[in-house]
Amino acid sequence: MADKVILLDFWPSMFGMRVRIALAEKGVEYEFREEDLFNKSPLLLKMNPVHKKIPVLIHNGKPVCESLIAVQYIDEVWNDKAPLLPSDPYRKAHARFWADYVDKKMYDLGKNVSTKKGEEQEAANKEFIECLKLFEGELGDKTYFGGETFGFCDVALITFYSWFKTFEMCGNFSIEAECPKLIAWAKRCMEKESVAKSLPDRHKLYDFALQVKKMNGIE
Amino acid sequence: THTHTKTENKVHVIIYTTEVDYSFCRFDCNMGEVKVIGSRKSQFCTRVEWALKLKGVAYEYLEEDLRNKSPLLLKFNPVHKKVPVLLHDGEPIVESLVILEYIDEKWKENPLLPQEPYERAMARCWAKFVDEKCVFGAWDACRAEGEEEKEKAIGSAQESIAFLEKQIEGKIFFGGEQIGFLDLVVGWIPLWLGVMEEAGGMKLLEAEKFPCLHEWAQNFIKIPLIKECLPPREELANYFQASLSYLRSLAANKP
Repeated sequence: MADKVILLDFWPSMFGMRVRIALAEKGVEYEFREEDLFNKSPLLLKMNPVHKKIPVLIHNGKPVCESLIAVQYIDEVWNDKAPLLPSDPYRKAHARFWADYVDKKMYDLGKNVSTKKGEEQEAANKEFIECLKLFEGELGDKTYFGGETFGFCDVALITFYSWFKTFEMCGNFSIEAECPKLIAWAKRCMEKESVAKSLPDRHKLYDFALQVKKMNGIE
Repeated sequence: THTHTKTENKVHVIIYTTEVDYSFCRFDCNMGEVKVIGSRKSQFCTRVEWALKLKGVAYEYLEEDLRNKSPLLLKFNPVHKKVPVLLHDGEPIVESLVILEYIDEKWKENPLLPQEPYERAMARCWAKFVDEKCVFGAWDACRAEGEEEKEKAIGSAQESIAFLEKQIEGKIFFGGEQIGFLDLVVGWIPLWLGVMEEAGGMKLLEAEKFPCLHEWAQNFIKIPLIKECLPPREELANYFQASLSYLRSLAANKP
């Protein structure tokens, strides 16, 4: 029986992008269904009744919610190629820790940089850069976070790269100037087809962000 | 360095129809030195101890004073500076859910997570839900003051608990016939939730509304291996009362 895979997603979502990358890494054919978050589909509400959020991976009718959980699921099911998590338990735990850290911090930090003004924004910018420097420290001289191969932690963080232009424009600062090693890593990731085709154009994202800010009355 | 003699790895688990007996032989194995840096008041630390005991892993427990964090804690968890920290042969693993998965992968006896990928994903999803919604929902309901605010917080917390009720329906444990990953994650409910309810002057886990979860809680806390890791109720109650008073005094002193 052929696998039927559907991804309920929203094109600007850095969480949805993670699942797209994982599916592309594994060469899995799937149907991408764009959700209107102001008018959520009955399918989304049925498949994720708890959070009513995207992304939702639906594999042969069964839903998996939460992007990092979906990525791990994809890694375990399609385990014949491109392993995303290391097999060694300690290295696996290390990867999970850093991916969890991205989840805990990056979204809110990015949001603050994009929406705050004046002193608050300066503080937000500082916190954002500090976080990125922490990632730079963890990356060190490695090609990817996992070492020589693209993995779980890279998937967790790279999706925020598409939003960097938005953060820079709103926050009026240069991320490359502060974190050149991290940008170099991001560009290496972007050379991978699975990443390049899963991340939207950053200019398009910036336009979208401006629209959202306008809608919410933020200049 | 330590030398361990490898002895027989036999784990006996006796299952009765209505009662699960987790008295089994502990064994030494040359799997390295295990330490837990934790605080006995923290449910996130207790779940780590439960996992290690279920696997029959010997460990040393280092109690941390969270108001005066030790150099050891700051060294091994520089990012979050929080407990629990698992040290395995001196290598740190942090974040309780990450630790539980590590323990499950390293020691194969009494598997905590299901083998099947979809079931594993479900267990992980629910664990995240419990830690993000249920725990904080309960604490919010505990802290809320004023009739309207309190009622709203209780309603919200109970909405989250209702999802857990559905998950445990028809099962002895969240893990099925045996204690699993999700049981350890929900394991704060019998004691910690009870204490929060008392401190906050409210009832969340009403037996009539959530009969299955209520029964699970009653049975879970009686299991000797589970019970022996619990902090004394009075100590925990004092801690929550003190935390509440402190937070309320902060709020009262706001300009």
